[in-house]
Amino acid sequence: MMQWETVIGLEIHVQLATQSKIFSGAPTRFGAPPNTQACAIDLAMPGTLPVLNEAAVRYAVMFGLAIDARINPRSVFERKNYFYPDLPKGYQTSQLAHPIVGSGHVDITLADGSTKSIRIHHAHLEEDAGKSLHEDFHGMTGIDLNRAGTPLIEIVTEPDLRSAAEALAFARTMHAIVTSLGISDGDMSQGSMRFDVNVSVRPAGTSALGTRTETKNLNSFKFMEDAIRFEVERQIDLIEKGQAVVQETRLYNGDTGASRAMRSKEEANDYRYFPCPDLLPVCLDQAYIDAVRAQLPELPDARQRRFVSAYGLGSYDAGLLAAELPLAQYFERVAEHCGDAKLSANWVMGELTAALNRSDLAVTACPVPPEGLALLIQRIIDGSISGKTAKEDVFPAMWEGAGDADGIIAARGLRQVSDSSALEELVDQVLAQRPEQVAQFRAADDGKRKKLLGGFMGPIMAASKGQANPAMVTAILQKKLSD
Amino acid sequence: MHQLSIAGIMAGLGAGEFCSEELTRHYLERIERLDHRYHAYISVAAQSALSEARDADRLRRRGDAPALCGVPIAHKDIFCTEGLRTSCGSRMLDNFVPPYDATVVAKLKQAGCVTLGKTNMDEFAMGSSNETSYYGPVRNPWDVERVPGGSSGGSAAAVAARLAPAATGTDTGGSIRQPASLCGLTGLKPSYGRVSRYGMIAFASSLDQGGPMARDARDAALLLQAMAGLDPRDSTSADRPVDDYCAGLEDSLEGLRVGIPREYFTAGLSAETEEAVRQALAELEKLGARLVDISLPHSSLAIPAYYVIAPAEASANLSRFDGVRYGYRCEQPRDLNDLYSRTRAEGFGEEVKRRVLVGTYVLSAGYYDAYYRQAQKVRRLIRQDFVEAFAQVDVIAGPACPSTAFKLGAKTADPVQMYLEDIYTIAANLAGLPALSMPAGLASGLPVGIQLIGDYFAEARLLNVAHRLQMATDWHQRTPAAID
Repeated sequence: MMQWETVIGLEIHVQLATQSKIFSGAPTRFGAPPNTQACAIDLAMPGTLPVLNEAAVRYAVMFGLAIDARINPRSVFERKNYFYPDLPKGYQTSQLAHPIVGSGHVDITLADGSTKSIRIHHAHLEEDAGKSLHEDFHGMTGIDLNRAGTPLIEIVTEPDLRSAAEALAFARTMHAIVTSLGISDGDMSQGSMRFDVNVSVRPAGTSALGTRTETKNLNSFKFMEDAIRFEVERQIDLIEKGQAVVQETRLYNGDTGASRAMRSKEEANDYRYFPCPDLLPVCLDQAYIDAVRAQLPELPDARQRRFVSAYGLGSYDAGLLAAELPLAQYFERVAEHCGDAKLSANWVMGELTAALNRSDLAVTACPVPPEGLALLIQRIIDGSISGKTAKEDVFPAMWEGAGDADGIIAARGLRQVSDSSALEELVDQVLAQRPEQVAQFRAADDGKRKKLLGGFMGPIMAASKGQANPAMVTAILQKKLSD
Repeated sequence: MHQLSIAGIMAGLGAGEFCSEELTRHYLERIERLDHRYHAYISVAAQSALSEARDADRLRRRGDAPALCGVPIAHKDIFCTEGLRTSCGSRMLDNFVPPYDATVVAKLKQAGCVTLGKTNMDEFAMGSSNETSYYGPVRNPWDVERVPGGSSGGSAAAVAARLAPAATGTDTGGSIRQPASLCGLTGLKPSYGRVSRYGMIAFASSLDQGGPMARDARDAALLLQAMAGLDPRDSTSADRPVDDYCAGLEDSLEGLRVGIPREYFTAGLSAETEEAVRQALAELEKLGARLVDISLPHSSLAIPAYYVIAPAEASANLSRFDGVRYGYRCEQPRDLNDLYSRTRAEGFGEEVKRRVLVGTYVLSAGYYDAYYRQAQKVRRLIRQDFVEAFAQVDVIAGPACPSTAFKLGAKTADPVQMYLEDIYTIAANLAGLPALSMPAGLASGLPVGIQLIGDYFAEARLLNVAHRLQMATDWHQRTPAAID
């Protein structure tokens, strides 16, 4: 059976986290009632004109610098003409011949730990469209223009990706870069990052590209990965049945896990791009670009290296924590407040991430502030509670909003007993009730003694209602039994 | 009172000879009584005009009168006016009441102007005779069987018939200068970027420019002073200081070099228009100016380039009129495509549709290079012609139009004949240069205009030349015999 190679190129739309829209002063907040964040310009009222938002330009330049790209000293907005009810002007203001960001590249880490460089063809600035709402309007369509005019950068890769897994790794890396730069909130559920995937297949070892399809508007990593897998299978299937792949645009349905053809190449729009006469070309000098570069925040790669060197974390853990800025910032605040980076890393990657996932929350919406988690970790370090109590009792209570660690420990009497005289009394009591086991222990060799010691620990912890400091109990036991 | 220029009105108001309310009432009464002859207005804002006039009178009594306090004017119906229907001469916007003022409107309000109403115009400013208006044609006060020119024909007729002391206009290929010429007015198209385009409904964004239409150069200077300036809402507005347009009006023309482009005096120019223009040029010489024969070698390419670039931009600018958010919407659309196609088929007139189709065509895949890109190259050549000319001369002078006002219906059957009306005016739009038309006498009882084209942002110089010429002649003081 023939071996197939997959060739994938991505177009990624990233919403920029500017306060206002790309060509108007209307706010860009998500989730406001329909059409409350659209001004006369966003509505394309007659006579209104666009004025370019400088923050959008700066964000695009930041992105370009982060992917080691050429920043074009002169870029031009063009009009992309087509009719659609959620496109108020009847054209989208975008860039085509002269994008702001030229070619660049991004390194991704593959499953086997190796890295691969993915070339970026270019990235350009454009405005988002509004939304058409087809439900709740009794056969009519509602239009919400809140999103119209939200700034986007569209990132276009070369066809360098060879599998859904590579595409996923690339997409995650892009997400990490734009969130670390702070130019996007990266919130996929709100459409802040959307993918179009261009997929083709060819016999392994050949170099000519097969006919490609484009599956548009995938708004999660999972949908993107699934849509690629679906499309690769579909294309191989067609070819193996002796049929041809048709160049077309496809739409993926997340519910069915399948895509369907939307329009073929022949039906494609003629967008009649031409330079927008309402906007001047964007001219950037080297001094401006240098100034943006000087203020570039730390990127995930650099942060990972710093986490290894400054906190002594392993490279893998450091990579996980460094990828997304909010999680990295959370971790650093925990580590700073509690003084134990490794324990902090374990907690952030373990209990905290698990709890966030269970509640489907972003770390920025975490109910436990980093100082709160740091305090909890401090109570483990100073022996006030055991790691087990912290995980099973205190942390869940903190998550539910029952107060800070100290309050919960006090209110629920969870402080472990570390008073040596109290513990000695407890140990004496238990040993006195078990003379046979004591004799057995004393007769045993070192190998068996370890196991027998556990036989005393259970009853002692039970008698202390779980609050005895296990390390101290072990020490006291060993001393008493060897007497 | 209606024979007073703006300068005269300001003097009268300042001296307390009359108040703005009286003056405004007088004009409203004239409009009411006489405009049925000319159809210069689409909307008359009687109530708000009187209330604005009373506000102006109060300001004046308080001693807070701004420059044009209480001066009534009319706005071309292409400028958005808050709370006042702005139709752009189209069925498409027959029901459109903007929630904002165009920057030009806001600035003139700030300067104290009272808005009498909105003037008739060719639909979306596409036309040279005011016959494409959804509201019907405007008639020329000099001869009501003739057109006033276009697209700012309503503004021109209103000023010529003394139904407004002055008016705003817009000029994409001659739409201020050609009607000014045909109606015997002084109309100035400023340099591209001198006057904000915000709130001025776009026809061809890279060519459109608003400007004053007035009885003489001083009035044009007074109005331009209030209209001009950088606007943060228009990225293409010029970031450079506004000159004092009145200060140098009377400067001597001694030694002024006036370029006479030989391409502007060829076969298409009517003999009587040429004669009048030559006579005006002779007056300039008497005032100390030196006439210099020059060439603008690419002049013949201006109309073909314009009729690619302007429709291309218009085809995109007019896409927003889709029946979705405002304006006309067809009855009972079956589906989305039906909504679009019937709304636009019913809402737009023939000339607008013709230009949208032409514009769509020249931008289409496979035609873009042959038409749009080529036209942009021609545009650069035309601009270069002027740059070279202005190395030798201070202003360029010639006819504004090939002939005087023509009869209604004379050119409606042949769009190309209509397009040739703008043969002398279009180049200034393509190059972005300031240009004005002013009266240069009468031919067979109809006004002839002379056009003056200036270097970039040389509006003050143009107004100076025009004013000196008007000090020496009385062509600008002639009025149509029939007006009361």
